[in-house]
Amino acid sequence: MAEKKLSFEDAMVRLEQIVTLLERGEAPLDEALSLFEEGSRLMKQCSSLLDKAEQKVIKLTGAQESAPVGEED
Amino acid sequence: MPQSPIYTVSALNYYIRDIIDGDALLSGLFVRGELSNYKAYPSGHHYFSLKDAEGTIRCVMFRREAASLKFRPQNGMKVVAFGRVSVFPRDGQYQLYCSQLAPDGLGELHLAFEQLKERLSKEGLFDLSRKKPLPRFPARIALITSPAGAAVQDMLRILEARWPLAEIVLLPVRVQGEEAAGEIAGALHYANRQKLADLIITGRGGGSMEDLWAFNEELVARAIARSELPVISAVGHEPDFTISDFVADLRAATPSNAAELAVPDQNEIYAQLSQWNARMCQALSRRLTFARQQLIRAERSRVLSDPMNAVEDRRMLLDYQQQRLISGLRHGLSGQQRRLAGLAAALDALSPLKVMGRGYAIPLGPEGVIRSVKSVAEADLFDLRMNDGVLHCRVSGVDADQR
Repeated sequence: MAEKKLSFEDAMVRLEQIVTLLERGEAPLDEALSLFEEGSRLMKQCSSLLDKAEQKVIKLTGAQESAPVGEED
Repeated sequence: MPQSPIYTVSALNYYIRDIIDGDALLSGLFVRGELSNYKAYPSGHHYFSLKDAEGTIRCVMFRREAASLKFRPQNGMKVVAFGRVSVFPRDGQYQLYCSQLAPDGLGELHLAFEQLKERLSKEGLFDLSRKKPLPRFPARIALITSPAGAAVQDMLRILEARWPLAEIVLLPVRVQGEEAAGEIAGALHYANRQKLADLIITGRGGGSMEDLWAFNEELVARAIARSELPVISAVGHEPDFTISDFVADLRAATPSNAAELAVPDQNEIYAQLSQWNARMCQALSRRLTFARQQLIRAERSRVLSDPMNAVEDRRMLLDYQQQRLISGLRHGLSGQQRRLAGLAAALDALSPLKVMGRGYAIPLGPEGVIRSVKSVAEADLFDLRMNDGVLHCRVSGVDADQR
């Protein structure tokens, strides 16, 4: 499904859009239903991402040695 | 002693002042000493003395210069003042007209700080237009700071509590000492080159001005300015300002504050999601109710209950239009008739027959209408045209009117 690939930010933007579209009430019924379905899916996706999230910390060592100090353009 | 001139007091004071004002050294010099009798007047001028073990000199700092003081001078403070020496003729006192005042010892760093700040500001490195927007939901955050110390622990703790979705890449660097600036700048370049994150936080916990100095180095400032990834600068405590703070896309008061500014709070996002969910359900149920009502209306409509209705409606419309057509034609005709009658009446009013009906007659001679008694003579014959016929007449006499 295309929505699965949305980043968290894009999902939030799309969700807000869907809520606005639905509240305007102008969409034909079948479209409204599929908007609702898409919205519910994104909603679940976002909350389950948050539910499952655990902080991951990557510690880079020696990164600064590999970068020339005081590099100028 | 020959005739010595006698001077007035003020002439003497002005003479002394001119000598002092003409001295190259006294026109601008640094003086080191200790502040005493410091007094800021409501006028904005500051008056004080500088002293050392053996002497003292009175000083004044005018409002314009005093207003730009970065620190609050206090009695007993060791300072370096810059200014010129001159005489105030009213008191006959020489004094230091101080234009700059810096704490002794830190003075050099302060000067360096101010100079770099001014230079980079002139280059436009602090311009608001250069500030990059921060991502709303950062997926990866690079921390460029010391791996030891409370600052990094505070940041990790807050980032985890607020937004555990973000991956943290820690680039350990020294944040004080000779090597610090080079390591911080190197890590900034590295993070950019490797596209390590979509946001960088660099900083350290509080300390003295010397401790924080790496973040006042041009090397670090330029690395931040050159960063394509947005940078939050988080150095020291609330009141500490560093050059990095001015160059960064966002200045955080403390490392903890940087963590708060960097990510949204997941609780707020949960709340937002559930609010949207409620609104979406409500909107859909409204939409369904509306659709149902539409259906009911449609079922009840005459078109469905009696299909011939539509035909009848159209027939009535046709009748109506026909009626309109006929009355329109009629209206047009009667208009023409009215116009004709009007013209006939106008013509009639102009006709001489109409006048003759009231008893007037027209005399007609061989040359047409006779307009004057002078154009006929006794015994002439003429016709008199009347309303209903012609009289054949002979003139039996002529009397012209006397005028």
